Amino acid sequence: MSSTEFLIQGISKAFELIFSLNPYILSITGVSIKVSGTATILATLTAIPLAYALAFLHFRGRQALIALVNTGMGLPPVFVGLFIFIMLVPAGPLGFANKIFTPQAMILAQYILVTPIITGISLAAIKAVPKPIIETVYTLGGNWKEAIIMTFREARFGIITAILAGLGRALAEVGAILIVGGNIAYTGSVGGIGEGASYTRTLTTAITSETSKGDISTSIALGIILISLNLSINMLANFFQRRG
Amino acid sequence: MEELFRVENVCMAFGKKEVLKNINLGIRRGEIFALIGPSGAGKTTLLRILNLFEKPVCGTLIFNGLDTGKTLRRRMSLLFQTPVVFNASVFENVAYGLKVRGFDKRIIEKKVVEALNTVGLPGMGKEKARMLSGGEAQRMAFARAIVYDPEILLLDEPTSNLDPANVANIEDIIKRIRDERGTTIVIATHNIHQVRRIADRVGVLLNGELIEVNSKDGIFTAPQDERSAAFIRGEMIY
Ligand SMILES: Nc1ncnc2c1ncn2[C@@H]1O[C@H](COP(=O)(O)OP(=O)(O)OP(=O)(O)O)[C@@H](O)[C@H]1O
Ligand SMILES: [Mg+2]
Repeated sequence: MSSTEFLIQGISKAFELIFSLNPYILSITGVSIKVSGTATILATLTAIPLAYALAFLHFRGRQALIALVNTGMGLPPVFVGLFIFIMLVPAGPLGFANKIFTPQAMILAQYILVTPIITGISLAAIKAVPKPIIETVYTLGGNWKEAIIMTFREARFGIITAILAGLGRALAEVGAILIVGGNIAYTGSVGGIGEGASYTRTLTTAITSETSKGDISTSIALGIILISLNLSINMLANFFQRRG
Repeated sequence: MEELFRVENVCMAFGKKEVLKNINLGIRRGEIFALIGPSGAGKTTLLRILNLFEKPVCGTLIFNGLDTGKTLRRRMSLLFQTPVVFNASVFENVAYGLKVRGFDKRIIEKKVVEALNTVGLPGMGKEKARMLSGGEAQRMAFARAIVYDPEILLLDEPTSNLDPANVANIEDIIKRIRDERGTTIVIATHNIHQVRRIADRVGVLLNGELIEVNSKDGIFTAPQDERSAAFIRGEMIY
């Protein structure tokens, strides 16, 4: 078999798997979306108030926190994975919780990775709101609460972009969730490929294991789904950026 | 005429830079007071102090017949020199002060439409405010500043971006607001002709000093200070 034939066969099989809604692939996609989606929602709930505090309040340690956020934006995922692994293993400080190799552990890892990203980008968007906008709120009789609402409205597209950037990063991330999630599938077999339905197996971690197993068409199918998800997120982010 | 507020011994500095020096000025209820002077004289700074935006380094503001504090600012309106546009529709922009004051939706609708007609932007409510031209944005900001009937209207160069027809219209509105509602108006301007057309009294600021306060007729016929006479003649003074 020539390499072209091999590739064409792999790709056509991959599309077959996707369009037949293969349950193994579906379960992996579901875990990816659930884990990264939940992590992004939790990160957003932390990041936006944090960005506001950093933008408007002058408290002690503010500069240090900003430095921490900036560092956190480029944190290597494997490092975060290792850190949480050490915390959660049975002998670790949080070992009693019995959470290593669970979706919750993966959510925690991605939460730590994504929160600084959403905070940093939101903070930049909030800070980019011109001072006269806020002053005008006051001249028209508004108070500080109305000023905050106004900055939110002015920065809204930037904040949405921040959330989408966080989600994109979470979905594409592999290092941390591989370490703390363990790429686990249930025993048995669904859909005639791979193993049982996914427990902590995501699009990215499954691609690594399927590829090393030599199941190229499954990997390609997972890759196509991953790329489509990230592409749509980017297009959405682009759309909002152009409106802002 | 009754004095509405007084500025007593006010001075202002940004860092080491003295911007206002010992300003004493009384503004009368229902007058149009023009603050003139060259660029950098301190007109904007004084308006910001009157709006309680900036706290002066020394001196006091005394308001008669108006309680001080938060509610006071709500009864004033300051229109910035550079038009500020909220990233929303023209309607939302103009409605802002009314919404903040909790007006009824139908009253807001009516007042905004009225204000837009007044400033020559009829039917523009649905437009995106960011898309307006410089002159349109300035008129929108003007509508936004007057729509809730402030008792004191502070205007910082409100016609600087406008063509002659719109200048005449805005000046006309300023006079009408004063005549019909008794609003007290302080307007900063470089424009001597504008002073001639709308002001009752004039204060001349030069390098942070209020060198002359006079009636309009007084300043044009018999200025008390040689430097304000030069400014009126259109000679540049620095
Ligand atoms: N926030 C600030 N920080 C430092 N300097 C300032 C600040 N605001 C104003 N100034 C300075 O104060 C002086 C007076 O400024 P102001 O804006 O009051 O002048 P103006 O009379 O309104 O001038 P223009 O006609 O150009 O608007 C200027 O020299 C300006 O540089
Ligand atoms: Mg000015």
